[in-house]
Amino acid sequence: MADASANGAFVEFERVQKSYDGETLVVKDLNLSMPKGEFLTMLGPSGSGKTTCLMMLAGFETATHGDIRLDGTSINNIPPHKRGIGMVFQNYALFPHMTIAENLAFPLEVRKIGKAKREEKVKRALDMVEMGDFGGRRPAQLSGGQQQRVALARALVFEPELVLMDEPLGALDKQLREKMQFEITDLAHRLGITTVYVTHDQTEALTMSDRVAVFDDGRIQQLAPPDQLYEEPENSFVAQFIGENNTLEGTIKEIKGGLALVQLDDGGLIDCKPINVSEIGQRTRVSIRPERVEFNPARLSDDAHTLKAEVLEFIYMGDIFRTRLRVAGNNDFIVKTRNAPGQVRLKPGEQVEIGWLPEDCRALDAA
Amino acid sequence: MSDLKSTGPQTMDAPTPEDALHEAKALNAEDHRDASGRLVTADGRSLKSSLNRALRLQKARAMMLIAPLLIFVLVTFIAPIASMLFRSVENEIVANTLPLTTDRLESWDATQGELPPEAVFQDLFFDLFLAAEAKEHTKLGTRLNYESTGVSSLFRQSGRRLDDIGEAYQDPLEDLNEAWKEGAVWFELMSGQGQTSDGVVTNQIDRFNKLTSSNLRGDIGFAPSEEIAALLPKTTRAYTAWAVFTVFEDEDVVAAEDPWEAVYAALALDLQSPGAADRIAAYDGPQAELLQEAAANLEILPEADFTAAFLDIDEDWGDINRWETFQVYSPKYTDGYFLNSVDLQKTPDGFEARPENERIYITLFQRTIFMSLVITGSCILLGYPVAWILANLPTRTANLLMILVLLPFWTSLLVRTSAWKVMLQQQGVINDVLVWLGLVGDGSRLVMINNQFGTIVAMTHILLPFMILPMYSVMQTIQPSYLRAAKSLGATNWTAFWRVYFPQSVPGIGAGSILVFILSIGYYITPEIVGGTKGVFISNRIAYHISSSLNWGLAAALGTILFVVVLVLYWAYDKIVGIDNVKLG
Repeated sequence: MADASANGAFVEFERVQKSYDGETLVVKDLNLSMPKGEFLTMLGPSGSGKTTCLMMLAGFETATHGDIRLDGTSINNIPPHKRGIGMVFQNYALFPHMTIAENLAFPLEVRKIGKAKREEKVKRALDMVEMGDFGGRRPAQLSGGQQQRVALARALVFEPELVLMDEPLGALDKQLREKMQFEITDLAHRLGITTVYVTHDQTEALTMSDRVAVFDDGRIQQLAPPDQLYEEPENSFVAQFIGENNTLEGTIKEIKGGLALVQLDDGGLIDCKPINVSEIGQRTRVSIRPERVEFNPARLSDDAHTLKAEVLEFIYMGDIFRTRLRVAGNNDFIVKTRNAPGQVRLKPGEQVEIGWLPEDCRALDAA
Repeated sequence: MSDLKSTGPQTMDAPTPEDALHEAKALNAEDHRDASGRLVTADGRSLKSSLNRALRLQKARAMMLIAPLLIFVLVTFIAPIASMLFRSVENEIVANTLPLTTDRLESWDATQGELPPEAVFQDLFFDLFLAAEAKEHTKLGTRLNYESTGVSSLFRQSGRRLDDIGEAYQDPLEDLNEAWKEGAVWFELMSGQGQTSDGVVTNQIDRFNKLTSSNLRGDIGFAPSEEIAALLPKTTRAYTAWAVFTVFEDEDVVAAEDPWEAVYAALALDLQSPGAADRIAAYDGPQAELLQEAAANLEILPEADFTAAFLDIDEDWGDINRWETFQVYSPKYTDGYFLNSVDLQKTPDGFEARPENERIYITLFQRTIFMSLVITGSCILLGYPVAWILANLPTRTANLLMILVLLPFWTSLLVRTSAWKVMLQQQGVINDVLVWLGLVGDGSRLVMINNQFGTIVAMTHILLPFMILPMYSVMQTIQPSYLRAAKSLGATNWTAFWRVYFPQSVPGIGAGSILVFILSIGYYITPEIVGGTKGVFISNRIAYHISSSLNWGLAAALGTILFVVVLVLYWAYDKIVGIDNVKLG
């Protein structure tokens, strides 16, 4: 299939809205465009509308308003079984009364593919997920990870160009989950499949995706590659939701030369990078990642503002130290330092001076 | 394994290399074995028996908890079933009522075309006389009437006139000597002298108990001497039988009562037996003169001809077919009830089909099974969509609908069935509506009740909940994601249902079908009310035999067959579908 859309988008949501009860919108004005071959993750807390979006794309829910296009064709009125989209479900949804091979043959059978060809494809798909010897077993006889692989193979066996995954790793233990994360991305990139992946696990989203769409309150809060998402959150929801984050409340005093001077509520002054604040006197929430805080002011530029802090707790975690501080009235200010040679180990009660580079400190909306 | 290590050599202080060596040895030796190589515990007992001992206590405690229920089930469920199974083959009544006759009949060959010999009729007289006095002969008559119509009245009639046969011997004896009227004289004569023969008394007590289904024991205050038992065997037997009856049934004293007519007849037979005169002449016990006088005047007694006497009462006694029936049904256990249940009957040569007009049970069994299948099928067809809707609606609505499904359970079965009568009868609601709509002429109203159609409709309605509930509980466990997965894989709605949903709902269908089929195969009330003659089930026939014809043996045999049919179906179901697949909730 050639990219018919003008901007080269393979999957497109245009002004999509969804309401279940006619009173509240679950998805509010969704616009999204994905190029072919992209691995996009929809990340968000439960109830943020991410699964609804996936279901609309799969065809199990209809959009209340707006247009969903696949390869340039509107699919709003195409029933799910004609969309040709592979889907992996949260509980795998392997048919318990069929063997693994029968499960995999099912999509080929309903497509009326001949027996010989079918068997060949099933075998290839099972080999692809390293489950070649399990064709004769029933789903109940497999472990969670094995079922997950079979579900993946089943979603891919009929060679769809788009695969949807709805929290497919949610039921697995941590180690297996990490292994499968790698396997899934590897497979998706190898086969060049466009993938929409839904999860509420941010680590999963960051490690697997080409781009992540952070959902909240029925809207995409930010759509960006993982590094950008982590380092340059565009609003305080994203900053809070992705990774660990320290926040300080304050008011904009001055904006000049791409820097904002923020007066914190306890009177201290800090330098920040203004993101979605523009007016003097506006309330703001300042966000600093724990690993960007500096104990050694010598490493900061000369005119950098510093703050006094009191050590409340020191947690030794092996590879890193986690220090909890009281900063400007915030008792949960976390600083992470690497367990490097010469790194200081602070004791509770110590008074220290902390600081950071202005570009690591982002002044966001106060909401 | 490491639990057993405590027996290995251990030291309290810090481990040394030597300790490690010991430990290694202990590891090899730690699974203690006895001479025959079995594992044993530390103190040398067999590990297996030790484990059993430990588990036994737990089991005993668990057993005590379930004991009340177990006993309850045994007493109220297993025992009645066992008793019913037994009743279907039990046939002791013939041998218990006519013990002498059935014994002697064994050697009679019915195919010769001749009546049984005189001895059989003699035995029949004594057996029947006692049975008639105990009023047990009519029960036997009823029992044998199942096999040969008319036996009942034959026995009842004969029972009334047995006295006449005995009086033919009693009167001449009493005319000869008034002393024969005296109970005390009889008692003295029969008691005799010397060693008493207790075996005769015990035999007669056993016989009495069997005849009257009682369990009486004790001293009857009479025992014949061995001498008199050898001299007058039949009289001794008849007198003892009378004595037992007098003590246990009439609660009188033996010595104070006159014996009944059968005893005189027995005496006459003894006196007439060859060589009796010589032996009596040699007898010197009490009342020997009286006996010798009677022996000397044999000519006053009529010739013993019981055959003629019975034929005189009722010429049916001359019917060889009757005697064949008695012979065929004299064993203590019989397959007669079962043969009857499948429209066969027993003859001396084996089995043969019953006459055309008496064959009903095969038809009834076939009809019962066929209609139960139709009802089960209708329940599946009607119940499946309902269960599906219930399983897929939001809980609130589903609960409301579930109440509607359960509503019939809260209404009396009789009311529901009667309601169908109102609906389906020719002047009923449905017919009225059809006539009003002009679909059916007033003269040609549909017959929908008192036939198979009515039974099927009413029973489908009544048994529907039993189908819906298990289906519902199974369907509830089928996650909607299976259907979605199927559709996302390219299946149409129908294919997704048929290939993915339906196979997973089969256990529910199976459970519901077993329930409905087993319930309907034994259903009674509904077919009785709306079934007419064409729509009744085998259970209606069983009920008839239990409560009206009182042929419990046949009812038990029919019930046993039904029971076996259900077991066979259950077994077949297990083989085909697998009973593990049945889910009731």
